Amino acid sequence: MATVTNSYPSTRWRRVRERLFRGMSLASLIFVIGPSIWLIADVVIRAVPHWQWSVLTTVPVGVGGGLENAILGTLVIMVGVFLIAGTIGVLTGIHFAELQRPRRNGKAGGNFLRLATEVMAGFPSIVLGYVGYVALCVGLHWGFSLLPALIVLSIMVTPYIAKATESALRQVPTNYREGAEALGMSTGYALRKVVIKSALPGIVTGLLIALAIAVGETAPLLYTAGITNSLPSASLIHQPIAYLTYYVWTDYNQPIKATQYLSFDAALILIVLVLVLLVSSRLLVNRTQRYAEGRR
Amino acid sequence: MGDEIASSHVTLPVGIDPTRRAFEFRRVGSFLRGSEEGLWRWSARVASLIPLVGLVFVLTVLAIKAWPAIKVNGPGFLTRSNWIPGSTYGAPVRTDGVLHPVGSSYGAWSLIAGTLQTSAIALIVALPISLGTAFALTERLPRWLSRPISFFVEVLAGIPSVIIGLWGVLTLGPFLANHVYPFISNNMPNVPVLRYFKGSVGYGEGLLTSGLVLGLMIVPIIASTARDLFMQVPPLPKEGAEALGMTDAEVARRVTIPWVRSGLIGATVLGLGRALGETIAIAMITGSILGKVSPNIYGTMTTIAATIVSQLDSAATDGTGFAIATLAEAGLVLAVISVIVNVLARVIVNRTSQHVAPVGRG
Repeated sequence: MATVTNSYPSTRWRRVRERLFRGMSLASLIFVIGPSIWLIADVVIRAVPHWQWSVLTTVPVGVGGGLENAILGTLVIMVGVFLIAGTIGVLTGIHFAELQRPRRNGKAGGNFLRLATEVMAGFPSIVLGYVGYVALCVGLHWGFSLLPALIVLSIMVTPYIAKATESALRQVPTNYREGAEALGMSTGYALRKVVIKSALPGIVTGLLIALAIAVGETAPLLYTAGITNSLPSASLIHQPIAYLTYYVWTDYNQPIKATQYLSFDAALILIVLVLVLLVSSRLLVNRTQRYAEGRR
Repeated sequence: MGDEIASSHVTLPVGIDPTRRAFEFRRVGSFLRGSEEGLWRWSARVASLIPLVGLVFVLTVLAIKAWPAIKVNGPGFLTRSNWIPGSTYGAPVRTDGVLHPVGSSYGAWSLIAGTLQTSAIALIVALPISLGTAFALTERLPRWLSRPISFFVEVLAGIPSVIIGLWGVLTLGPFLANHVYPFISNNMPNVPVLRYFKGSVGYGEGLLTSGLVLGLMIVPIIASTARDLFMQVPPLPKEGAEALGMTDAEVARRVTIPWVRSGLIGATVLGLGRALGETIAIAMITGSILGKVSPNIYGTMTTIAATIVSQLDSAATDGTGFAIATLAEAGLVLAVISVIVNVLARVIVNRTSQHVAPVGRG
């Protein structure tokens, strides 16, 4: 008897541990959700009482004014990142998922490229910003401007898009490709008309998430985009461009209230923008999942 | 015909050169004819090289910029804790052929220590919370509740770090410093390890607040990956374990977690990578004290990333360019740590993935 009770944990202890496990599991959920709601509510409480719609339509003047320059600048940066990182990221994902030839020894190949992409996904953003500043703004004499900011941000978010594209393409059933081949389509045509088309929602989801990341970045932009009170201009270089995160970062601890409010307003607009991007990406996922189940 | 040859994934024998050349020739030819596949193939190949090119470019620029600083600061850069820009008014002096301001002396140990400390706190806080959350979402909550909550957790990952920093420095930090830290500090016994939790709690900017906020930032990364992984564990082994009389906790410890261990390690390291490189939130919360390792867990300090972002402005005023070079050296240290962590994760995941399923497969 003694040996049995010694070698197995007692029922009582197991019951306690089970309770503990369940309790901790739910408690950790509260530890995640609680601070998050607190955080969002905090921004809303700080911004809404002083909210004026003129923030959207005026530029910063003196210690107050609005954020029109930063809102438009952020949108311009979004479009630029969408074009540059979107193209590169989607093509990289296609390369990894569809087009990469196996090596001659039969292995999958491309591991080094994949490793580089993954390393880039975890690369510190401020280091990218520093290199953008040193090499592009100073080295190439572009100055604080849109193009270096776009390059740095695109390098940063490309891996996310590539990853999302790759996994979306891998979820396309092999039947589709075989069917396309059986119909006599060339590989390129089948890729465009069948494979990418059915993976499109997943790809767009990746793009939206990448845009949300790009919108929320501060560190890589501080020393590449610069800052300006004027609206975005058409020039890619030599003209600084404003963005929302700058105002949150600089103005929150200014002594003048009007300037602080600018910071909280920028934070609120950012949260709304990011939420819109992420929620729409989610809705897209839900719709396509329903789609996929229906088709199977 | 050309398209079909190019598209099939046949590996050609190595020795036969003419065939190979004809094969390549035909592929280039089809590309020139505007063949769609060639266009896809080549543009995708070029695009997939860009992350690698970017990585090499970034590391090269950093190394070139940092080289003067590496020569002057020497290996002591990694162990010293001082951060003295020197006098920009006096005539610059030359050491090892590198011009730098009089009396400048840099050491990054306090920054490296700060980076590692905050990341360690973040991981210690985030890992159990993430696993608990993932278990709650996959095992405990009903589906109608767990779906919106897991979406909420994913959204949390996308909240801009500058906003989390804003909340951390204006709301969370003061709250903790007024209501939580004094309690911990006063009640902690004065024994060797726990002594670290005693002492002045400050005003809420500092090591512990930074670590906690970082933890909150990496929880969504680890939790959402862990949730996906737990959902991939097939039900049969879990049901089998339950049929043997295991409790939920035992099923989690003996079946679910071992089943997806490599994925969990990968997710954790992903979170660690983000914690190491996190800049803006940390720069707002650490208190930005250069050249000093915090004496207790509440003290002000700074990290490598936060130093680069807060010092680059003033470094640009150093006419000799030495301050900029030193920041490049600090950035290089951070980049090397980050690359090592990421590559290591890859190696660990590859190694353990062969032993993923210690419990019989369904």
